[in-house]
Parts: sequence; structure tokens; C-alpha cells
Amino acid sequence: MSTNLIEFKDVSFRYGEDQPWVLKNVSFTIDEDEWVAIIGHNGSGKSTIAKLINGLLFPQEGEILIDGKKVTEDSIWDIRKDVGMVFQNPDNQFVGATVQDDVAFGMENRGISRETMVERIESTLNAVGMKDYLLTEPHRLSGGQKQRVAIASVLAISPKVLILDEATAMLDPNGRKEIMQTVSGLQDRQGLSLITITHDLQEVVQADRVLVMNGGQIWDEAEPRKIFAKKEELREIGLDVPFVAILADALLDAGITIAHEPLNHEELLEDLWTLHSKT
Amino acid sequence: MDITFENVTYIYQKNSPFEHKALENLSLHIESGSYVAVVGHTGSGKSTLISHLNGLSIPTEGKVKIGKYALSENEKINDMKELRSKVGVVFQYPEHQLFEETVEKDIAFGPENFGVPKNEIKTRIQKIIPAVGLSEDLLERSPFDLSGGQMRRVAIAGVLAVKPDVLVLDEPTAGLDPRGQKEMMDMFYQLHKEQGTTTILVTHSMEDALKYADHVIILNKGTKYMEGKPEDVFVQREALNRVQLDVPEIVQFISEFNERFDTTIPFQNQSMTELAQMIQRTLKGAESP
Amino acid sequence: MNNSLIIGQYVPGTSIVHRLDPRTKITIIFFYVFIVFFANNLPSYGILILFALASTFISRVPIRFIMKGLTPVWFLIIFTFILHLFVTKEGTVIFDFWIFKFYSGGVIQGIAISIRFFLLILVTSLLTLTTTPIEITDAIEDMLRPLNKVKFPVHELALMMSISLRFIPTLMQETDKISRAQASRGVDFRTGPVKERIKAIVPLLVPLFVSAFKRAEELAMAMEARGYQGGHGRSKLRELKIEKIDILVYFVFLAVITVLLLTRTYG
Repeated sequence: MSTNLIEFKDVSFRYGEDQPWVLKNVSFTIDEDEWVAIIGHNGSGKSTIAKLINGLLFPQEGEILIDGKKVTEDSIWDIRKDVGMVFQNPDNQFVGATVQDDVAFGMENRGISRETMVERIESTLNAVGMKDYLLTEPHRLSGGQKQRVAIASVLAISPKVLILDEATAMLDPNGRKEIMQTVSGLQDRQGLSLITITHDLQEVVQADRVLVMNGGQIWDEAEPRKIFAKKEELREIGLDVPFVAILADALLDAGITIAHEPLNHEELLEDLWTLHSKT
Repeated sequence: MDITFENVTYIYQKNSPFEHKALENLSLHIESGSYVAVVGHTGSGKSTLISHLNGLSIPTEGKVKIGKYALSENEKINDMKELRSKVGVVFQYPEHQLFEETVEKDIAFGPENFGVPKNEIKTRIQKIIPAVGLSEDLLERSPFDLSGGQMRRVAIAGVLAVKPDVLVLDEPTAGLDPRGQKEMMDMFYQLHKEQGTTTILVTHSMEDALKYADHVIILNKGTKYMEGKPEDVFVQREALNRVQLDVPEIVQFISEFNERFDTTIPFQNQSMTELAQMIQRTLKGAESP
Repeated sequence: MNNSLIIGQYVPGTSIVHRLDPRTKITIIFFYVFIVFFANNLPSYGILILFALASTFISRVPIRFIMKGLTPVWFLIIFTFILHLFVTKEGTVIFDFWIFKFYSGGVIQGIAISIRFFLLILVTSLLTLTTTPIEITDAIEDMLRPLNKVKFPVHELALMMSISLRFIPTLMQETDKISRAQASRGVDFRTGPVKERIKAIVPLLVPLFVSAFKRAEELAMAMEARGYQGGHGRSKLRELKIEKIDILVYFVFLAVITVLLLTRTYG
């Protein structure tokens, strides 16, 4: 049975009385074990959603439920146990003097015993492929490596949700690949929902569902394939369209009809192959 | 201004336990008025290369020539300022260099340092503001009140206001959303076309290198790994993969297509429409044996 | 570039001196600094010098690193030596020049003070050379713990220290980046009149502060998101442990003190 792990009910948020609404009447749910990508251009309100989920900000209107608990000043310490977050800037979230200290930080905050910490440091660093860097200082790590440590730090407290808030935006292509591989590896972990916030459509292909934000509202909500099909509209709200989607359109113009919206090269080639062998 | 690197080696912290060779025997030539992309993974020496272009670094060995200026261990130029007014550098996250009280003052900072007359600066700012996609009512605002994207544009306007002959762009679109990225890259390209600015783009994006540059230099371990026209360089998939670089997606797709269908569609920097037509012709040709 | 930054002057190693509990090292140095002033004859100085040199030798820290740490204080040592030559008027006159008279007492005093100085610097730099800043922070936090009773924020202080240490390399890189960017915009940090050069610091400092504030803000948010709510109820990964070797070293040091007290001249 799948249950709503996160529920937004008519949530509106602004930074001050005289400020414009950053989010207006946003409602959605995210299930257990689900991977949801939230996309939108800069300023569309997508990062605000992340901060509302773990009580770094509170909405003026509406309510947010995490695993049935309402997010309030009183519940945030419990909620932060369930919601782990990785932010954009790799440097500005590395607290510890070394990799192991950083992974320990969240556990120390929760008074977890030393033995458990040592165990979990090993297992989580292993999960993100950083076990050889236990004693390394942050300034000797690449951006991608720091972000993987940040993911391990979050996993160490076994949250129910992992939020990546533009965690790849400041990385080079290799760093991005590292993070996306790490994340899709984690998807198999049981009982972990994933929310990836990005403006890169390439990164949402593997998600179960995509929330597209525009002007503080949910512009669309569907599986990636359906989102990709709306090329013109996506461009209008300042988002990119993946290569395969553009090519599929060009092929249509050239007289080749692709059966269904391709998500990646393999699918497009497969479709072309089917067409080719049919004729 | 032509730019030439002659056997340039650059060593950080020479004679210390941390000695590190960032460039090694690097030779290259960048023609005046061209648009060159410098590509390489992190740590390949790109940043060090940039810092040689306006004299922030002096080669440990070898020589760098930028127009009439020469930089080497034994010929230090006296008027570094003059060189720096000719070579504008947009660093990564250039918004981090803003510091003045108003946007206008910050844009004027560079030109003032280089001795551009006050009223000339005013005229230049008038022209640059719309070109970088800002509105004039921002001029009196504090740069720190703007959005990240706007701050980036202010910083770039500050470099452009100097009217450099050579424009060096170090990952100028990092962190922007897709629309911002495209607008900015198109703006630089237009500038290059209209004013003939020699443009050197340092990037991780093969797509951008392919789209805008007429010459590509691939760096690896501080030395030149490959060089040539984008369509010649980017088809060499294996060679690029060896230095942890990918080919542009279109090249990748064409080679996958060719493998699957046993065809030989060439990559010639064709448009998406052209590629679709080639695929259509290939499939058609194959169906009538 | 990145990996060239050394924090403090720590020289990695696995010697006994490196492996000692940082509290042991701090305690011993604290008392050493005291007893240096007890020495007043050849044997008592001898035992102090022996202890300092033996520690240095055991630590296997290359001499050039130690000498580097001493460079800024050579001047001070020589200065105090000369000062003593001029002001001390004890013992016999050994040298008479124009209006100056140098006494043997002055020479002896000068040498003694210089040795004390040298030993103090040597031993304290040995601490920073063999102990990582984070270990020192841990030790300080632990040793100040009793102050918790009087509501002194020991944990917060230690956390602030360790975060500052952690961000030193980051801010150094940032400074370098900004100064390059401003130099490219025509700022001249190196030449020109002093007034101009002071002015040139503004374009460097403002962005540096802006960025430091932004980092602090983001870091605070990241810490909060990871459940930080002050020192209360926290556990610690880093654990300081007194081992056999620490006890042994304490005994050796106690022996040094005993010998010193026995050999020094009283009265």
C-alpha cells in the first residue's frame, strides 16, 4: 500500500507582507518510495518547496504534512529526522573538518552512540563510493565528491525523504554524472522517497513523476514522457527540451512518425528500428 | 590581436613540497577575430591558461604573445594595465566581484581604472545595458538587491564596458537556468559577430563549443590534447572519452544510429532538420532493396 | 593550487609525539612553560634542553619546518640578548668600549633568557607541528568542560573554532579569486602610492565579506536542516583517550621536573 508521505494543501508562501507570493495555492502529494522531480526556471518557486518541507520556512497559508505530521515550529526536529536535504553549494554545507566528521555531524546532533556512528559512516560512505576518503579534508575534494559526502551525511540518519535542491547545479559534467549515478543507485533502497529539484530536464528522465513549477504555481504534473511531449510550452516557460524530443519532432516533420515520445536514445532507436523492419 | 603560446610551462609553488605543473609545454595559436572554445575536464589547466591571457600569471618557461605584448620569465611588461584593458575576462560566477553601491558605479569601475573619460563611460553604459538584457531603472539600485541572474549581467556589463579586443569567458553561464544560458551565449556570439571580438570560451559544454566556436582546443593534463574545427574534433569519440570528455549528444546519437542500422551517416555539424532528413532518406533507401 | 594549502603548520606523521592525546601535549607544554623559569644553573637548563630536543627528535619533524617556525622570533631572541648586555650590571667587566661597559653577568643573563625563549618557541611549535587544529580544538573543548557549570558556552566555542579552521582554505581561495577578478578590471594591488593601494582593498574586501556572510547563512541553514540545535544532547564521534603511552610520558615529564627542582640553585 502506498501512502502519502508528503502532502501540500493549498500552500502559499511569501517572504514578507509587502513581497509578492513565491508560492500560491500549491497542492500536491508525494508517495513513499516515489521519485519526484521538481523543475522550473530560476525563481519559479521550486527551491522554496524544499525549504518548506523540512521547516526551514513556514507557509502563511495552507498546511504541509510529512508522514501525517503537520510541519510546525514544534514538530520540525522530528520532521528533520525524516527529511534529509542536500543543497546547491558543495562548500557551504560541509561542516566537518574531515569527511568522517561531516558524516557524523547529523548523527551527533541526534545523540547517536559512537559505535553506531562508526558503522553508519562506513556504510553510507560506501553507498556513495567515498569510503576511501574517510580522513580527507574538504578542500582536497572535488565538488562532486563533496556533494556525495553530503548525501552520505543525510543517509546516515536514515531519513524517509531525500531532497536534492539543485545539488548538481554547481558541478562539472563529471560531478553531475557522479551524483546522478549515486542517486539512481539509492533509488533501489527501500522506503526512501526522492525529490530532485533542478532546471535540467536531462536529470528528470529517471523520475517517476515530474512537477513543473512556473510563477509560483504547479504548471503541470505528470510522468516525464508526458512532460517531454510539451516542447513548445516548456520552452515558453524557460525550460530546455531534451535532444531526443527535438529530434523526434524533426523526424515527424521529415515524415517519420515516432510511436511514443522517446525518453532516451535507446527508445528512439528502438522505435526507428521497429518502423524500419515493418516496412 | 593574435594570441600565441610558445612552449609554455607553468609551475605553481615552484621548489616547495606542493610544486605542481599546471601547464606543460603548451603551444597554441588563436587568430584575431576568431571564436575559440577551450575544453577539458576540471584540473586540465584551463584556469591557468586563462590567467596567462591578461598577465595574471607569467609563464615559468616559454612565452605568451598577445598582440604586441609578450609575457615570459625575462620580459615582464611594464604596462600591465594596458594589456588588461585589451583583454577582458569574465570569470566563473562573475557576480562575486561586484562591490559598488550602485549598478552604474560597478559597471563604470573597470573603464574608470583604465582611464576612459567620464562621458564616454556614460554613453557606453547606455548601450551595454540593453545589450546584456538589463533595464535602465536598475542603474541606481544596489547590485546586491538584484537576482543572481541580474547580478551576473551587471558583472558582464562591467567587463564589456572596457571594450576589450579579446573577451575571455570562463564558464559564463554556470548556474543559470536554460533560458538565461541561451540568452547569454547568444549575446556573446552577437558581440563576436558584430564587433569582431576575439572570443575565447572556456567550457565543459560540448554543445556550446559545437554551436558557437569555429575552433576547438582540448586540454588534458596541462597540455594540448587535440585541436581543430569542432566537426573534426568532436567525432573522435574514443579519444575524447579517454580524457573523460563526452562528445556532443548529436554526435553520440549519430554514431549509435550508424551502429544499429549499419549505416554511415556522417557528422557535419548539420541541423536537427537536416539530420532528420538524412535519417529519413537512409531508412527509405534501406527499405527498397 | 587546491592541495597546496597547509592549515596551521601541521606536519603529518605517526611518531609517538603525533599519537599522544592532545590534552597530554597541551598539559605538558603548559607546565613546561612554567618550569622553564625555574631553571637557573647549567644542569637545570641541561635537563630542559634535553627534554625539548629529545621530543623534537622523537617527533621526526624535519628540522627545516622547525626553523621556519622560528624565523620570526630570531630577531626577538637576539634583541633580548643585546638588551641584557646593556642593562645588566653584575659580575666583572669583560669588555669596555667608549661609554659602554659589558659585564659577565649580562652575557650570562642574555644567554639564559635567549635559551628560555628558544625553548618556549620550540616546544609550542612542536605542539602545532604534530597536532591537527581539530585535535587541539577537541582538547580545548574537553579541558574547558568544567566551565560549562558556569554557563560558559564551551561547545559553541569549539564548534566555532572548528568551522573557522574548516573555512580558512575556502576563504583563501576566494580571496585569490576575487583579487584576480579585480586585477583584471584594472585594480593595481602591488604598485602605486600607499593611499591608492589602501583604496584598492575595498573592491577586495566588500565581495569577500558579502560572500562570507552568504556562506555563513547557507551553512547555518544546512546545519539546521541536519538537526543542529546547540550542544545539548549531542554525542561525539571524536573521542579523546588517554593511552598507556600518555601515562608513560607524564611520568617522564614528572621525572624532568623532579631533576630540575633538585638541581636548581636555591637561595
